[in-house]
Amino acid sequence: MADGSGPGRITLSGIVLAALILILIVASLYFFIAQPYWFPTLASEHGRRIDSLFMAVLIVTGIAFVLVQGALGFFIARYGENGSERASYWHDNPKAEAFLLITTAVILTVLVFMGQRVWASIYFSDQPADATIIQVTGEQFSWTFHYPGADGQFGRTDTKLITNTNNIGLDREDPQAKDDVVSQNVMHAPAGKPVRVRLRSKDVIHSFFLPNFRIKQDAVPGMGIEVWFTPTRTGQYEIACAELCGLGHYRMKGFLTIDESQDAFNKWLAEAAKQ
Amino acid sequence: MSESHSGDHAHPELGFIRKYIFSTDHKIIGIQYMITAMAMAVVGGLLSMLMRYQLAWPQGVSPLMAKIFPVAYNGGVMEPGFYISLVTMHGTIMVFFLFTAVLTGGFGNFLIPLQIGARDMAFPFLNALSYWVFLLSCIVIFAALFVSSGAPMGGWTAYAPLSAIPAAAPGQATGMTLWITAIALFSASGLMGGLNYITTILTLRTRGMSMMRLPLTQWSLLVTSILGLLAFPVLLGAGILLMFDRLGGTSFFVPAGIIMNQMPVDHSGGHPLLWQHLFWFFGHPEVYIVVLPAMGMASDILSTFCRKPIFSYRMMVYSMIAIAVLSFVVWGHHMFVSGMNPFLGSVFTLTTLLIAVPSAVKTFNWLGTVWGARIRFTPAALFALGFVSMFVSGGLSGIFLGTSAADIQLQDTYFVVAHFHLVMAIAPLFAAFGGLYFWFPKMFGRFMNPTLGKIHFWFTFIGAYCVFFPMHIIGVGGQMRRIYDPTQYMFLQQQQPVNVFISISAFVLGAAQLVFLFNFLFSIFAGKRALERNPWHATTLEWTAPSPPGHGNFPPELPTVYRWPFDFSMPGEREDYVPQTVPVTITARH
Repeated sequence: MADGSGPGRITLSGIVLAALILILIVASLYFFIAQPYWFPTLASEHGRRIDSLFMAVLIVTGIAFVLVQGALGFFIARYGENGSERASYWHDNPKAEAFLLITTAVILTVLVFMGQRVWASIYFSDQPADATIIQVTGEQFSWTFHYPGADGQFGRTDTKLITNTNNIGLDREDPQAKDDVVSQNVMHAPAGKPVRVRLRSKDVIHSFFLPNFRIKQDAVPGMGIEVWFTPTRTGQYEIACAELCGLGHYRMKGFLTIDESQDAFNKWLAEAAKQ
Repeated sequence: MSESHSGDHAHPELGFIRKYIFSTDHKIIGIQYMITAMAMAVVGGLLSMLMRYQLAWPQGVSPLMAKIFPVAYNGGVMEPGFYISLVTMHGTIMVFFLFTAVLTGGFGNFLIPLQIGARDMAFPFLNALSYWVFLLSCIVIFAALFVSSGAPMGGWTAYAPLSAIPAAAPGQATGMTLWITAIALFSASGLMGGLNYITTILTLRTRGMSMMRLPLTQWSLLVTSILGLLAFPVLLGAGILLMFDRLGGTSFFVPAGIIMNQMPVDHSGGHPLLWQHLFWFFGHPEVYIVVLPAMGMASDILSTFCRKPIFSYRMMVYSMIAIAVLSFVVWGHHMFVSGMNPFLGSVFTLTTLLIAVPSAVKTFNWLGTVWGARIRFTPAALFALGFVSMFVSGGLSGIFLGTSAADIQLQDTYFVVAHFHLVMAIAPLFAAFGGLYFWFPKMFGRFMNPTLGKIHFWFTFIGAYCVFFPMHIIGVGGQMRRIYDPTQYMFLQQQQPVNVFISISAFVLGAAQLVFLFNFLFSIFAGKRALERNPWHATTLEWTAPSPPGHGNFPPELPTVYRWPFDFSMPGEREDYVPQTVPVTITARH
């Protein structure tokens, strides 16, 4: 009776399962390298850092994926049952285990630091002083955008003043509110200048998702949360709600237009103020 | 310790009702758990088929569906609210009522006394009570599907205030109340079971069964039960607080100033993120409550059919303990963009990637087990191998999501759906199927048909990958979870063909499960008889008992254990396996 130091028999089940794993590897390499479907077109400055972080993680996990699935498929094909032949009897290798454990830990630590550099650049950097400031309010099932107007000051809002036509409760008596612009599901911002978004929610949790700008932030009732980004590309983009918020969650949609200049933006603002 | 039970097998036969229905025998309770969970899985699975039908052809009109569900498909088009109910009920049923129930309730009950050499659980009555409370919770959650105002619509995570304010959506009134009731009952049932499992494994092990001779299934069930005992009370508590908010006028999760449908809501002082912290403090350990038993079972099955000892038993045990401890400090990775302080995001990224280390150790050890093996490709073996492949695929995509900055884009997209389905649904499903094919002869004294088993495996393996792998791709493309109609968004329209492909694959995957159901039910009554006690030539104690074991499991004497459960292909031995009950004659090698 031979001991199993050599290869076993190649069995039909083994070869089929190995072939399927090979197809899995090839297909996933195709989808992640040829990228027939990929991220929505990038339109913000910090988004580049998020995308390249994704690529870095993809390369590391991709190598691990190919190696581990490949080894699994190879062993499955190679070590099938062969008559009364026995498998190898070994069940420990402290050196190899320590090596793999430390290698994994080191790779993951590097990924933590790479990821945190990007995270810190987004969240722990100072808010830009010269920015377009917009208050965004989510409600079932629309987004309301509130601009301070020419004076740069937001008018007072009060939940007691909320009506069907004034859905954020803007106090029109307040002098600072005179030139404020409020728009529904339509957001504008100029290119090349930071945009600070102050997020609120009137009812349940929504999530302000700008797929092209790599921005996603939950709007939580009772909280005011600020995020900022710098648009780099003009055009019209979609705004989505990414947190389940009720019946109309799927159509809680808005549009963000990035104007090519501050003047174009101001022109839109002036026209919107007239309405 | 087992004296009070030692004479039980000599008792006169119990009547049918006491023996098979109101039984306190752990084996019957285990099988009751499994069959109930399978029935729930059929419901949960059908709901997902409706979801996939909707996602592939969101604007299609189906006169057939209008006939079957006149309310939900008014005019042949699915109501948006119905879709959210499907999402909610599918997730809830699968996470709790299938996976948690079948792995710990089903396999845990059946295997714990048999594998540690005990006559029954430490508290047989508590065990039966745990099943009956579980069944009650199943009935309540099933009833929630039929509430006329709508089934629950909060998602399986039931985020407040959507879950706290009945006016937030039609299903959030009576439907949500039933949801919370069912989850509370389920938690109570889980606590009774967990207490029992821990006590039994710690105190009722037979002579010679030291902790480091336990099969990995038993280690995984012990660790899982401890996780459950620490995590479920948090869910139960959170559920009770949520119920107070809804019915008692308190404000744990609802802040002041909420305007719902232009009407002020009479609450003040609560915080929506409190619910998320409580829920995920339970919810992340819950992932491992499902994954750990799957890991343990797959390890034992893999070793048996590889005819090779598990690679590095010690590291397998330590990594399970490490995963369990770390699972309590990673919950914040579900909340990177929730409005939680971003500094916490950094902390949770670190702990999350830390938990990948013991998971990687386990993966290497499975590879080490298959390396140099002599694999017997039974359906159980195929499913255990499939488990490893699925766990690797699902685990690796977790690294993207654990990296907080990459998660900004991926959170709440199909990338998350792909990840958690592979790692905590498909991988455990594979382990559970492996376990059923493996232990079926011990449960019913008959075999499941291996040819049908293999057909079931091939379609399930291909189907699962075709369904869940492309979800990564549409997630990168930005498709959000829980949306009724992705084609509403222009940026999602171009990847709609992928949704169609996923849905067709899902129907194939669903149909393949009918092969399993037929095989399972048919084999209980007409499968090939298992004449041998140990048909797979395995080493653990349950295979020394008759198939199926009688009341009291091991007549007349309890077995004595002399070795670990992984002596396969030992050089110098006559057979290629040495059961744990065989005394060591040569110098032990481990």
